[in-house]
Amino acid sequence: MSLPDRAAGLPGLPKDGNGPVFAEPWQAQAFALAVELSRRGAFTWTEWADMLAAVLREATARGAPDDGSRYYEHWLVALERLCLAKGLTDLGTLDGRTDAWEAAYRRTPHGKPVELQAGDSAST
Amino acid sequence: MGDNHDHDHDHVHDHDGQDVPSATALRVKALESLLVEKGLVDPAALDALIDTYESKIGPRNGARVVARAWADPAYKQRLLKDASSAIAELGYSGAQGEHMVVVENTPSVHNLVVCTLCSCYPWPVLGLPPVWYKSYAYRSRAVIDPRGVLAELGVSLAEDVSVRVWDSTSEIRYLVLPLRPPNTDNLEEEALADLVSRDSMIGVALPVAPEGRAR
Repeated sequence: MSLPDRAAGLPGLPKDGNGPVFAEPWQAQAFALAVELSRRGAFTWTEWADMLAAVLREATARGAPDDGSRYYEHWLVALERLCLAKGLTDLGTLDGRTDAWEAAYRRTPHGKPVELQAGDSAST
Repeated sequence: MGDNHDHDHDHVHDHDGQDVPSATALRVKALESLLVEKGLVDPAALDALIDTYESKIGPRNGARVVARAWADPAYKQRLLKDASSAIAELGYSGAQGEHMVVVENTPSVHNLVVCTLCSCYPWPVLGLPPVWYKSYAYRSRAVIDPRGVLAELGVSLAEDVSVRVWDSTSEIRYLVLPLRPPNTDNLEEEALADLVSRDSMIGVALPVAPEGRAR
């Protein structure tokens, strides 16, 4: 858009140029996961909006910066919580898989695809 | 597994391996890989969604809807009566566009859209919301002091113009139909659409007057 971003000049509001939609790839992935899970019926969009609103309320209540820049961090927290609440995965599995990916990055030489090994973490 | 885990240091780079993504990015990767394995999401569908919202959907869609409404009174009536259907006529539909309501600015009423609880927003016509729309400052101040917010943004309304604030929800999403600027009678729809900014469809700006003409 070539038009000026008028709201960018509002004192007290975060600036928002016409930059990329997602600041980092993980934000796009987290966004798409929530939309796709809702589309396929894992949860309703109203359940999603309620969860996101609850996470945002908590962030405000504890005085976390809520200028919109950490929006997708809150989005991810809401996504994890809703997936756990719906039994799509469990905390132990999720933590184990996170560690497994970290290990996979550390052991994989540059230029090679990062892949999990058999036994890295159970998927059930 | 045979490799040495070393969780004690904070470095995100090992000389033997690849740069390790941030803890946040790893959490997303973990969740996604588990959901894919369970068949709950399809990686191709995720990629398609991201591509759509990064490059195919944006406020240009909404601008075309507004321009059509300015140019075609019958379309405008359909838009105000059943926004989702009228917007779908132009090919814009999908997630977060199911229950749209278009609110019309008039010489005596200015409309402003917010989502006080989170970030509900009409994706098919505006794309994803800007950062400030998701901020607590806007979400709270738009309701408490809409005239103050508008004034800070350079939108000065006459005293006899009333301001209506619409709080979007997961069920209803609002789009503002701005007033058509003066001296635009001869413009084609495409040129009219160029006058319509994203912010004017949220209600925090007015459409720009055509270049080279007096306002």
